[in-house]
Amino acid sequence: MTLTGVSFPLSTWRDLIYLVAIAGFVLALKGLGSPKFARRGNQLGAVAAVVAIGFTFTNPIVHQHGKNVVLALVAMVLGALIAVPVARQVKMTAMPQLVAIFNGVGGGAAALISVIELLHLHSLGLKPAVYITAEVLLGVLIGSVSFSGSAIAFIKLQELITGRPITYPGQQVINALVGLAIGVLIVVSLITGNIAFVWILLFLALVLGVIFVLPIGGADVPVLISLLNSFTGLAVAASGFVLDNNLLIVAGTLVGASGIILTRLMSGAMGRSLPNILFSAFGSVITATGGEEGDASRPVRQGTAEDVGVLLAYARKVVIIPGYGLAVAQAQHTARELADALMAKGVEVFYAIHPVAGRMPGHMNVLLAEANVPYDELKEMDEANPEMSTADVALVVGANDTVNPAAKTTPGSPIYGMPIINAGEAENVIFLKRSMRPGFAGIDNELLYDPKTTLLFGDAKDTLQKLVAAVNDA
Amino acid sequence: MTGIVEYLTVFVLAAFVGIEVVSKVPSILHTPLMSGSNAIHGIVLVGSLFVMGEASGAAQLVLGFLAVFLATLNVVGGFVVTDRMLEMFKGKPNERTRPAKAADAGPGESA
Repeated sequence: MTLTGVSFPLSTWRDLIYLVAIAGFVLALKGLGSPKFARRGNQLGAVAAVVAIGFTFTNPIVHQHGKNVVLALVAMVLGALIAVPVARQVKMTAMPQLVAIFNGVGGGAAALISVIELLHLHSLGLKPAVYITAEVLLGVLIGSVSFSGSAIAFIKLQELITGRPITYPGQQVINALVGLAIGVLIVVSLITGNIAFVWILLFLALVLGVIFVLPIGGADVPVLISLLNSFTGLAVAASGFVLDNNLLIVAGTLVGASGIILTRLMSGAMGRSLPNILFSAFGSVITATGGEEGDASRPVRQGTAEDVGVLLAYARKVVIIPGYGLAVAQAQHTARELADALMAKGVEVFYAIHPVAGRMPGHMNVLLAEANVPYDELKEMDEANPEMSTADVALVVGANDTVNPAAKTTPGSPIYGMPIINAGEAENVIFLKRSMRPGFAGIDNELLYDPKTTLLFGDAKDTLQKLVAAVNDA
Repeated sequence: MTGIVEYLTVFVLAAFVGIEVVSKVPSILHTPLMSGSNAIHGIVLVGSLFVMGEASGAAQLVLGFLAVFLATLNVVGGFVVTDRMLEMFKGKPNERTRPAKAADAGPGESA
């Protein structure tokens, strides 16, 4: 804390306000951990941020040049004018991409802060201490990787390029070389203190973010976003070190540390280790087993909505297992209508939610909450599985990998070891699918060929509407 | 040099707090948590304002403007989208009596 004689009282006040904001952020994170306080937690975090940002303007460094303040305010207004409508209007299914992009811009800002501070120190003719240069280089490196990595993750999730892993010959060699070049560059910059190297580092770090993310695809992207979120936190902490600012250090570190934990929780839910997700080139495994994909020659049983409607209406217990397909078809409201229709007939209905259903852990809960499905009808996987064997019907809507028995039975499968919902234990299994195309992870599902399985092809929303009608008629 | 040690102390302690606070989060809240923590690092805007304030010369001004703009996207977008997500987390057992279908399909679909 730089307490200059002139601004002592006000700067102390500012630091105290920052301390209050820090406490607000800790409580916000804590609140986000419980359904009851999550929203208030987030609102508390927002208030803390607004107060901290507002008080920042009382700092003479910030308002010393009138022109700079005006420019800063213009940039803030522009940013808010873009961010608010986008955040308010984006579809809930597009949430992962949006989190990716908001995360990326934060990383970009952190990298820029480090660069500008270095330029500023040099323009004053100061030669920064080695540890300051090190902080700058770390901020540039982590922030830039987060920025370009998030951008690629966004492009993948938005399906502007294939969501599948992208591999090319010599990929690992190239990645290693770029990594090595960055290492050498950091050492050289620290020894020479030449700021020209920072620009090269910025460029190489952006390249690294891209080539690091390209080979990660499909269901692994959300885990990656969580990791990049953590990276941005650390980049923000690095800019806190550069600027001697405890608020940035604590807020950044909180996010960095919690992000790592969250990333581990997510990879754990997929039954894989984090290094495995990041470096296994999931893609090569998929192409190896890809020969089985779309095996049209194997017989499957196709049903009609009417038949299935009758089956559902006279069942005692129906378990709905929603997946990303439900979200893509925007069918969460129709799924709820079906559940309502069944409950009106006295059928016991609940939803079995796989931890990674949707495209982010917890994503499905958000989507169903959007359709006003009450909490008590949602059961987590561990709670749902013991009940599967007593269910008459497991209705799988747009899910595939999360009910794929290959996760238990086929040691070579890319999803081997991932916990699944045991849909196959129910008396009857109904799959609502768009086509025989395999799921997000690109693996064929034996359950589709099981004699007790019936398939209903088509858009999930259309099919569900037909089912609602069929149930009401039954 | 004492400054850096102080900051490292804060850093290490904050890391422990961060780990402790999220270790018990139920998986249904993982998405909002990711989004909410994403918003929190948007406080990098404070840093952007610092460097913007002391920026001199066209290059620093342009980069500073960009830094403020990007950080604002992060902090504003992050909190707004998280709030929108959490707004929908209702439907406790006492709300089981549901509104008419036509009425409650509205707010979500308007997005």
